[in-house]
Order: sequence, then C-alpha cells, then structure tokens
Amino acid sequence: MPNRRVVIGGAAASIATIALAAPHVHARTPPRVVVVGGGFAGASCARALRLIDRDLAVTLIEQNTNYIACPFSNAVLAGLRNIEAQSFGYGGFDGIEIVQGRVAAVDAEQHRVLLDDGSTIDYARLVLAPGIDPRFDALPGYDATAAEIMPHAWKAGPQTLLLRDQLRAMEDGGVVVISAPANPFRCPPGPYERASLIAHYLKTNKPRSKLIILDAKDGFSKQRLFEAAWRELYPGLIEWVPLSSGGRVTEVDPATRTLVTEFDSYRADVANVIPPQHAGRIAKSAGVADQTGWCPVDPVTFESRLRPGIHVIGDAAIGGAMPKSAFSANAQAKACAAALAALLREREPTPPKLINTCYSLVAPGYGISIAGVYQPRDGLLAEIEGAGGTSPLDAAAEVRELEAAYAEDWFRTITSEAFG
Amino acid sequence: MTARALISVPKTAMRGEIVEIRAMTAHPMETGYRTGLNGTNIPRNIIRRFACTYDGEEVFSADLFPAISANPFIAFTLIATTSGTIEFVWTDDDGKTQTASADITVT
Repeated sequence: MPNRRVVIGGAAASIATIALAAPHVHARTPPRVVVVGGGFAGASCARALRLIDRDLAVTLIEQNTNYIACPFSNAVLAGLRNIEAQSFGYGGFDGIEIVQGRVAAVDAEQHRVLLDDGSTIDYARLVLAPGIDPRFDALPGYDATAAEIMPHAWKAGPQTLLLRDQLRAMEDGGVVVISAPANPFRCPPGPYERASLIAHYLKTNKPRSKLIILDAKDGFSKQRLFEAAWRELYPGLIEWVPLSSGGRVTEVDPATRTLVTEFDSYRADVANVIPPQHAGRIAKSAGVADQTGWCPVDPVTFESRLRPGIHVIGDAAIGGAMPKSAFSANAQAKACAAALAALLREREPTPPKLINTCYSLVAPGYGISIAGVYQPRDGLLAEIEGAGGTSPLDAAAEVRELEAAYAEDWFRTITSEAFG
Repeated sequence: MTARALISVPKTAMRGEIVEIRAMTAHPMETGYRTGLNGTNIPRNIIRRFACTYDGEEVFSADLFPAISANPFIAFTLIATTSGTIEFVWTDDDGKTQTASADITVT
C-alpha cells in the first residue's frame, strides 16, 4: 500500500516553498515567525529563534499575562510550595514582539493569524504550542462545571489551588480518589507523583486518610520506583487499582463525588479527575489536529502533516516515543527553531537528537527520574535503545536526595531558558 | 486458574428489561507463539471458554482464541425474566475453572 503520509509530506514541502518565496520578492523585511502559546514550548521556541537568527522577526502571542508552570505544581497541592514560585511573566523577551491576546482563527492559505480583538498578524511560518485541554466530552458526567467540584488540576493555576484547598478542608479519615487516564496524556509520571505528594500530606496531617488511584492503564512510568517508594514511605495508604482490576473510570457524579468504574463505584471526599485530553483549542480550528485530537508532525521540522507552513511543538504534537513533558517541549522548541531558521534561509534542516528527563518527587528530598534520547525514524520520533534509563531501584537515601535537588536545579534552568 | 474475577450484574430489574452484564478475569492469555528469554517457546495458556448461566440455563457463551488480549473483558445483555442467580465460568487450557456469581431480583 502506498504510504499516504509520505505523499502528503511531499506535496506540503512544495507548496511551502512557493509560499515562502513571496517575502523575498516583495521587500527586504525579515520573514516573520509567529508563535502561539507562551508555555514551555512556545516561550522556548520564540527565544531560541532570536538566539539562532537575530534577523528573524519573532512574535509571541499569549492570552495570559503570566504562565503558571505545571512541573512542581504537585508540591503546591501538598502545601510544600507556593503557587507564586510557579508563575512566570513575559518581561524578559528582548527583541521579541509579545502580543497579549487570544487567537480566534488561523488562515493557513493567507498565512495569517486572526485575534479575538479583530486584529491580524501575517506570518512566513507559524508555530502552534497550545498545550492541552481536558476533553469534556470523553467522560460522562465530567464537564467544566464538574471540574469545579472534582478538579483535574492538570493545567496549573486556579485548579491547583482548588484541589489544594479541598485537601486542606478534608477531615482526617477521608478518602482521596485520583482518576488517571489512558495514554497519551500530559506528564506520564504526573498522576503518581501527585499521589505520592498527597500521600505525604495525608501521612503528615491526616494519617487516618486513604488514597485510591483508579487507573485506565495496567502500567505507568517509573512504576517499580514509585511502588517501592510507596511501600517504604506510605505503607497501606495508597491503593492503586489498575485497568485489569476494574480501575477504568467510566462515569462520574459530581453531586455525590462518586466515580463509577466498570465493576464498582467509589465515593470520594476529595476527587481529582484527570480526564482524557487533546491538543489545545486552536490546534483543532487551525486544522492541524487529527482524529486522535493530537497533531501529527514531521519529526525533523515539526511541520504539521496536515497544514504546510504551520509547526506544532510540545504537548499538542504527536511526539512518537517522546513523552508530553516540559523538558520535551523545550527540546522540541529548540529543534523546531533551528529547523525554522534553516527553512527560512532555504537550507536543509538537520535531523535533531532530542533528550527528555522527567523528575518526580515521591516525598520532600526523595526524587526519582527517567531519561530518554530520541531521533527521527520512519517519520516519528523513536527512542534510541539503551541511551536512557531510570533511577536505580535500590539506591541509597543520599541518591534520592540528590535527585530531588537535581529536580529543583532543572526547574530553575528550564524556566530561565524559557522565560528569561 | 487465577484468583480474581470481576462481574457487574444489576441487583434489581423490571421483568422484560434489557440489562447489561460485564465480566472480566485477570489472565495472561499467553498465545504460545512467544519466545522466552532462554529461546524456548512460552507455553500456550489461554482461557478457552467463557459461559454464563441464568437461573441454571446457559444464556451466553464464548470460545476464546490466542488473539484475545490478556484480562479479557466481556460485556453482553440479557433480558431479565426471573429472579435468580447469574453464574459465570471461565475454563482455561488445563481445564481449570474460575467462577463467580451474583443474584438478580426481577419484579
């Protein structure tokens, strides 16, 4: 059978070349790259573009004045960190035009972005970094209103504080239920780090309480490390119910804070529903998301397989073996920026090697990690076997402590790279 | 066989009502086609047959094959006709069985 993706890719490349010829003919104004979304992917990409080629014009469109980072937000839930430490502004973007606004639509034919206020911005190439949105059509009973009672807290900000405050208000002896989705979703180890740090909070403040994880999967990232740590630190406190034990949540009832599975139902005092997700809103309206809800991209340039001239990076993109993480988003952003600079100068982009590391805190001063290296293969980002790994299962306490410190260092580094 | 089966049967139903029945058992469903670490075949070990009886009469059954996933999940519907016991039996390659049952009250 002919490979349809390859055919589409070929056509896309030629259309893009024709479209890009225009700026060179009309004027000496530098080609403009417009980046939509000021999270780890978008902010990193805008800054990397300026570093790689100072002659490019770069516009970053973001609807909020501040970005609230997800990594370490589980520590906010557990009362170990202030939400202010998660907040980053857009003051340090020298040479980059920052537009505060919400993108209403993308006109891929005209290479133009339309904002809510009616203004338009033309681009030579567009980068979409819209992150994720919870799917409020995927789990019966779970919509935006239900999320005010059973928070997802999967986009950091008010949802994080809502869940934190519910945990604070819960009485000792209460039951916390976390519902974890099937793959793919943002931050694969996230639900289990969250369970760990909530367990730490419960053990410290409400020791008669219990935490249940209802999971739509039979396995998860760093599972052996998490489970070993749970046995050691929180014996009897965390119960993980995998898919094969009937863990998949099929329905929720916010009125009674009940989570229904295929074989049972669970009444929660605090319910954290992490629902299925898809690429952020603008991906769908720009036509770069496929039927999975995520965005297929070329693994070298991150150009959309569906709309030439539009690149998608970060959680919204189908990253192949690469997980949806802030580290991945930053790595993809830099690779995409390098590819954009090459494409706009009509040079051949170099296939990247990308690294990801995910740190998780199991308790204060107890960190674990997983790392991987990825490169384009057969049209996707594939993991290079043997190049990554996880923390050792039988490490000494000092190793865990060091990894917790590395996690903090990583957060400082990546946020200063993304936000200045 | 394995230790645990999960079933979902409504406790009550109206006479003539169509009710959904769900059943799942933890089982590796080893196909017999995989090679183990030492290079020899991992022996086949699958559930061959699943059957459900309602008030003593078989109302649903299925033959299972190696292409069926681990922890097979089976869902089907019944017409609630009478109060009684709904029983489930899973039989594996060795003839060992796993059973579960639940009562339904029909009014």
